[in-house]
Amino acid sequence: MKFRKAVLAAAGAVVGFGTFAAAETAKADEQFFPMLVYRTGAYAPSGIPVANGFRDYYTLLNKRDGGINGVTVTFEECETQYKTNLGVECYEKLKGNGPTGASLFNPYSTGITYQLIPKASVDKIPILSMGYGRTSAADGRVFEWVFNPPATYWSQASAVIKYFSRRVGGYDKLAGKKIVHLHHNSAYGKEANPTLEVLAKRYGYKLTMIPVDHPGQEQSSQWRQIRRIKPDFIFMSGWGVMNQVAIKEAGNIRYPMDQFVGNWWSGSDADVIPAGDGAKGYLSTTFHGAGADFGVHAEIIKHIYGGDAAAARENKVGEVLYNRGVVNAMFATEAVRTAQAKFGNKSLTGEQVRWGLENLNITQETLDKLGFKDMVSPLKITCEDHETMGPVIIQKWDGAKWSYASEWLTPMRDIVRPIVEADAAAYAKENNITPRDCK
Amino acid sequence: MFYREAGQFKTTYQGDQALFPVFQDKVAVLLVIIAAYAVPFFADEYWLQAIFIQFLVFALMAIGLNILMGYAGQISLGTGAFAAVGAYACYKLTTNIEGMNIIVAILLSGGCAAAVGVLFGLPSLRIKGFYLAVATLAAQFFILWLFNKVGWFYNDNPSGTITAPPREIFGILVTGPSASAEARYIVCLTFLIVFAWFAKNLVRGRIGRNWMAIRDMDIAAEIIGIRPLQTKLLAFAISSFYCGVAGALMIFCWLGSAETEAFDLANVSFRVLFMIIIGGLGSIGGSIMGAAFIILMPIFLTNFPPMIGVEISTALQKHLEEIIFGVMIVVFLIVEPEGFARLWQILREKLRKWPFPY
Repeated sequence: MKFRKAVLAAAGAVVGFGTFAAAETAKADEQFFPMLVYRTGAYAPSGIPVANGFRDYYTLLNKRDGGINGVTVTFEECETQYKTNLGVECYEKLKGNGPTGASLFNPYSTGITYQLIPKASVDKIPILSMGYGRTSAADGRVFEWVFNPPATYWSQASAVIKYFSRRVGGYDKLAGKKIVHLHHNSAYGKEANPTLEVLAKRYGYKLTMIPVDHPGQEQSSQWRQIRRIKPDFIFMSGWGVMNQVAIKEAGNIRYPMDQFVGNWWSGSDADVIPAGDGAKGYLSTTFHGAGADFGVHAEIIKHIYGGDAAAARENKVGEVLYNRGVVNAMFATEAVRTAQAKFGNKSLTGEQVRWGLENLNITQETLDKLGFKDMVSPLKITCEDHETMGPVIIQKWDGAKWSYASEWLTPMRDIVRPIVEADAAAYAKENNITPRDCK
Repeated sequence: MFYREAGQFKTTYQGDQALFPVFQDKVAVLLVIIAAYAVPFFADEYWLQAIFIQFLVFALMAIGLNILMGYAGQISLGTGAFAAVGAYACYKLTTNIEGMNIIVAILLSGGCAAAVGVLFGLPSLRIKGFYLAVATLAAQFFILWLFNKVGWFYNDNPSGTITAPPREIFGILVTGPSASAEARYIVCLTFLIVFAWFAKNLVRGRIGRNWMAIRDMDIAAEIIGIRPLQTKLLAFAISSFYCGVAGALMIFCWLGSAETEAFDLANVSFRVLFMIIIGGLGSIGGSIMGAAFIILMPIFLTNFPPMIGVEISTALQKHLEEIIFGVMIVVFLIVEPEGFARLWQILREKLRKWPFPY
């Protein structure tokens, strides 16, 4: 008898609590951000700092400001292990969460981005692939739902060639120079190839593509080939474990580190630290500052880690990829803020967030206010240009920290944009899309 | 009590040779099929698109591998490669030939996979067992390398990914991003049922008996007049045909777009191998049960802690899932080395007498 009563009471409590909780969620305004992360597997060294950056910035907004204009930020992680099939599962699982569904997706995998691009316009959820994904999505007339600011792989590759030309003393001196593109053998790694080829024709350097198969733990044959070629410069598009292995191998054959430039996915702390002293002088591109000395970091350490800088460091605060997660979360939440100005301070749908992304205008003033001073360049997305071709900078690893090693380099718009438009037009034709009129 | 076949007399040869001679089996299978077709009415998009379609595709692939390994006794690690051949063939066929019916394209791509399967099955005439596994492993690496290297296979697009174009059956979109999850599910389910039915008939007829004779003792089989060349190559052809069709469905109905990585050793070949080992070698039903276990169990394990309100970090959750899943496989194989198919058989024996065992 007693037992039965207890069970009934417990059941009653559960039901009561359930209805209460349901009523609570229906009332509060929430903005849901899905997070496709990879904290396990061969790509975890790259995935963990990015995921922590997102998590900390979202949490900071809630703790410090009570969300975005009073709308609570909610988020949920889903582990993809950088695999496309798990990416699909996570996407389907998270897209309907929150009162108005997912705000936008940051797949953090070019492969998963490719898979989600066709779905975005059907499900009406925008994709913010910051500095990765499909390059030709920069043409907003065709890819209405995809945004890839501040620069694409092609823009980046053109900026790197610009940097090489400055190193050798002018574009005319590039002729006959040997450049190797060491890349991950996947959609991601191959992405820069077309631009590098076009530029090779124009400037006459000798380009060799050397693919590394997933996951990239074994690269001895590639580096034997590099030793034979003796390239003047190596440009690397790597990710995860591949980066550490490549930098170590380069050290083993005593390849001069100041001629070895990674793209912005091959230049984080986890990539260079395992190679020890051998990595000193390694270069990589980036579009934001490294280190934990910016305003936003002080806020994060204060509000989330209770002022404990050591705990923050343990959670990767200040690493290059952590900062990228923070910057990405900032772009995402600012897009929501932009959309709120038009649609009101409430839970917004993916469609409304898309409008926010397309009208995103991050000025120097906003950056200063948010604590991103000197960390990121301002940007303004337009209907036509979803990329903005933001400036790229080269950073150098000195064995303990990254510092800038060049001036800001603007990508070669005159070369990249026509290829982007041609590829987007081909995609539009293949998929029966009528490009929007942005006038 | 419920499974007593006593009193079910067969008075005709047809009755005796029926696919499911026991009345209860017939009813059960029919009910399962009806339930499977009714699933879209109850399941939401996440379950259909992410889980059930994946299960159907892998079940089809498992049946394919089971034909080769369970019935004909030829070990293969090339499942992923044969599926990739099907997927890329289907992509080429639909994008390069205007107005090609999607069903025809899928069947033709199965044919392409069969041809490739025969080619890589040739070594089976000279080598056996683990050595053959290594030869098929070569197929796995070579074919994926080829599809990654040669631009013609992916229409020379800069990223090297293949994307399923929108195609219709009877005016209903079944592939491409706008196709509903329900339509894709029905297509995959129909493919699975038809192919499972075909396989079931195949393995109990002359061809299947030849395969089993080769599997059990190839020299004896040869002496009683079974030709090893034709029999083994036919097994490779039909198995690869199944894998090819499943590969095409994988891109066109499930993933929508993919690169060669989706077909690699760990993602496909080993997974399908585990499915048939856990499901039961030499059993069509076992292949389907094994696929269900391998696909559904990790998803269940990932979603279980949040379901009961336990908050653990994403990484720990994934690690726990892998540990628990691994332990489950080991324990299951110790308890029942012959897989789900054998478990089902034991259950049937028990049910025959239940609830009055003597």
